[in-house]
Amino acid sequence: MKSKDRNYFKILRAGINTTYQDLGRNNLYHIGIPFSGAMDKRNFQLLNSLLQNDYNSPVIEFAYQGPHLKYFGKDIFFCISGNVSFKIISKEGVIDGNSYQCYLLKNGDEVDIHSTNKSVYGYFSINGTFGVDYYWGSCSINTQAQIGPNNGNKFSKDLEIELIDINNSFNKRKLDYLGSTIENIRVIKGTNYDYFSKSSQNKFFKESFKITKLSDRMGMRLEGPKIENIVDPNIKSEGLVKGVIQITSAGDPIIMLSDHGTIGGYPKIATVISADYDRLVQLTPGSNIKFKDVSLEDAETLYKLYQMETNNLISQIK
Amino acid sequence: MIKNILNLGDAALYCDFGSDVNQEINSNVIKYFYHIKKLNLKGITNLTPSYNKLIISYDLNIHSFLSLKKKIENIEIKENNKLEKNLIEIPVCCDNNFALDIKRVENKLKLKSEIILEKFFSKNYFCYMTGFVAGMPFLGDLNQEMRLKRLETPRVKVPKGSVGITEQFCNIYTFETPGGWNILGNTPQNIFDTSNQSNPNLVNPGDTIKFYRITLDQYNEIKR
Repeated sequence: MKSKDRNYFKILRAGINTTYQDLGRNNLYHIGIPFSGAMDKRNFQLLNSLLQNDYNSPVIEFAYQGPHLKYFGKDIFFCISGNVSFKIISKEGVIDGNSYQCYLLKNGDEVDIHSTNKSVYGYFSINGTFGVDYYWGSCSINTQAQIGPNNGNKFSKDLEIELIDINNSFNKRKLDYLGSTIENIRVIKGTNYDYFSKSSQNKFFKESFKITKLSDRMGMRLEGPKIENIVDPNIKSEGLVKGVIQITSAGDPIIMLSDHGTIGGYPKIATVISADYDRLVQLTPGSNIKFKDVSLEDAETLYKLYQMETNNLISQIK
Repeated sequence: MIKNILNLGDAALYCDFGSDVNQEINSNVIKYFYHIKKLNLKGITNLTPSYNKLIISYDLNIHSFLSLKKKIENIEIKENNKLEKNLIEIPVCCDNNFALDIKRVENKLKLKSEIILEKFFSKNYFCYMTGFVAGMPFLGDLNQEMRLKRLETPRVKVPKGSVGITEQFCNIYTFETPGGWNILGNTPQNIFDTSNQSNPNLVNPGDTIKFYRITLDQYNEIKR
């Protein structure tokens, strides 16, 4: 490719955990490969809708601190979703950007994504797509198994990101949305619920748990009242799913997230409902959460409502 | 053959085949796994077979628990449905640099290291499941006198290729990962191949593994 035809970003600062993500890869649990994919699916979906991209187009996901990017090429638009602080640096000066709003980028302009605010994940993309390789139908980077583009590693300084299929007929769009947060995480009781003492079952739903720093794309470790196991601290290893809450031998809950190990041997006390997953992963270390018990039927309905709400937001983009 | 189907959260069926761990129950799990995989049902997002459970994850936009449960309950699998089995030979070097826990195993089992290794290599092992990390096979069964618990404090990093034992099982660490199994050696063979997307796993559930011992020179030769 001749360099004057190239449209690309150069990474001036990579950020803490910056990767490509899409909807992830299915049907590989049996060989030990988790879904991966964007942690917060609603913000992923909103971003691709804002940019009029295909629903499964790759985006750049970042955690806490995002990348600082310098752009080279013809005019493009970019957009950021999530609760994010960022600056756009151009010849005209420096402006603060707003999430869920598209901005023009010219050759030599920079986007400096300082941080996510009171949340963990943010997303960046353009009116087009990134030149990425696909592994089992997905470009999601799983750093633990080193699967995905960039040899399965997170972004590093000086990396160059190629842009392809730029949509030239794109016009700026935006959405007025402040995001949504929750403190109560709704769960369905797990398959090993009766492994725990009555008083621990009560504590699990009555007291609050703090999210610790030992949290990443694989899992979220919590701290709070010890959950007492009265049967066996281990079960015969079996499959895990996204959102399942295991209790370790030490009595602490650990919630499995999108890059989780596919098999585990700790008893499962509960599983976070699908409707609350996007908002769970956005909770920062130090936050306190409470679990609330719901029925399977309610969880199914709540998920439909959550999806309707997302579709409603998409219809408000103008 | 499925004893009971429960829900695991709101987007997965938890199919229970029994509480024991043996090859008969596990073979049933694997038969169901391959059968359902072949049906290629729309909206199934993952199948996770393990010793005695099969977890079926699904897209909530397409299925609800009750409707999918009914579908799975109505599946009939013929008893004479034979499992496809491969015999796979895997080289292992037990040089001191690789046999990280041989001293511990000697003490716990009260056997000399040469006897331990002789017993370990004298048997073929059945693959119950793969997972935890990509491609990691869970194999069994070890002879009674070879069984011991995992390390009291797991290692933060177990080297890639390590071959470990615990209880009735052995495994191969396909990636560097935390782990608490007793490490007896290391294989130079790549067990999980990211570049082979149609069949990345060298070992699949239902396969039989024969480990054979190699010297450090042979190890380095294969590694090269």
